[in-house]
Amino acid sequence: MGKVLVVTSGKGGVGKTTSTAAIGAALAQTGQSVVVVDFDVGLRNLDLIMGAERRVVYDLITVIQGVAKLSQALIRDKRVETLWLLPASQTRDKDALTEEGVELVISQLREMFDWVICDSPAGIERGAILAMRHADAAIIVTNPEVSSVRDSDRIIGMLDSKTIRAENGERVEKEVLITRYDPARAARGDMLSADDILEILSIPLLGIIPESDQVLRASNLGSPVTISAPSSAPGRAYWDAARRLNGESIDMNIPSEKRSLFDKLFGTRAA
Amino acid sequence: MRKLFDLFTQRRSAPIARERLQILLEYERSLVDQTDLIVVLREEILRLVARYVKIDSDTVNIRVDRGNNASLLAVGIRIRNAG
Repeated sequence: MGKVLVVTSGKGGVGKTTSTAAIGAALAQTGQSVVVVDFDVGLRNLDLIMGAERRVVYDLITVIQGVAKLSQALIRDKRVETLWLLPASQTRDKDALTEEGVELVISQLREMFDWVICDSPAGIERGAILAMRHADAAIIVTNPEVSSVRDSDRIIGMLDSKTIRAENGERVEKEVLITRYDPARAARGDMLSADDILEILSIPLLGIIPESDQVLRASNLGSPVTISAPSSAPGRAYWDAARRLNGESIDMNIPSEKRSLFDKLFGTRAA
Repeated sequence: MRKLFDLFTQRRSAPIARERLQILLEYERSLVDQTDLIVVLREEILRLVARYVKIDSDTVNIRVDRGNNASLLAVGIRIRNAG
């Protein structure tokens, strides 16, 4: 039986899809079977970040509606053979996502994969609730910025009340993943520090992803940063987070870019 | 020169962000608890009263007024006249 993980945040644009792709790709590279599921019906993007946008035929909605079989809708990654994608529909609206349909799909995926990683849409509406509904664990993606922290707090409250586990009196494991972090600005007191965020949200830390050009580069390429630039600062930070999910204990340090004098002078960087 | 001066006198913004968030979230978390409390209270009170008298469930009013030292819980239920 696989583990169902939701990547959520409340606020949009904080890095849910990037993080889903990067962590999913890292876990799959350890040999475990992983499916990343896009719940953002109508505004799908996980296919694009995974570089599979031209291979989408069927999607989550067509499976729920019985138009396609689950096996027809799953897209296997071309780089990592244990990594799969279940895309969202781009044309239907999110009302097509039914509670029963989602339950059926997730229970089937749970049988097939070690990890089922659900990429939640932004907001606190139906789509976000359905994405978290069956989760065993949650990654709350948070930027060191007031509105993101506030929305994360709201989402944590929903994980404790709207999930199946919560309704059964069980706990959903919750961990915060801080993205777009700038250690120098935090140290100067110009940005909320990781400690500030942890104290305010009072949940454990999964990882700290430093702000980096490599994240944009990875999405430009359609290749998760843990595949395209595993030794870059965000690549290493996401790899550490994935290992912690796997139960390994890894010291929490924030990787930084190693730049030679030549790189600094000429603005180039090893890819 | 003015900019340089500002740089040194400007208060760091992260502590302000932290303080604002702590105050706001304490308030917002209490709101969530309160709405839940009212829903639970409403159901329990209704169930109890309905055991003895006939009531219209949509005519039940529950209000909480928060004071500094004490709060007032007001419950209004319309009871149908017999016959």
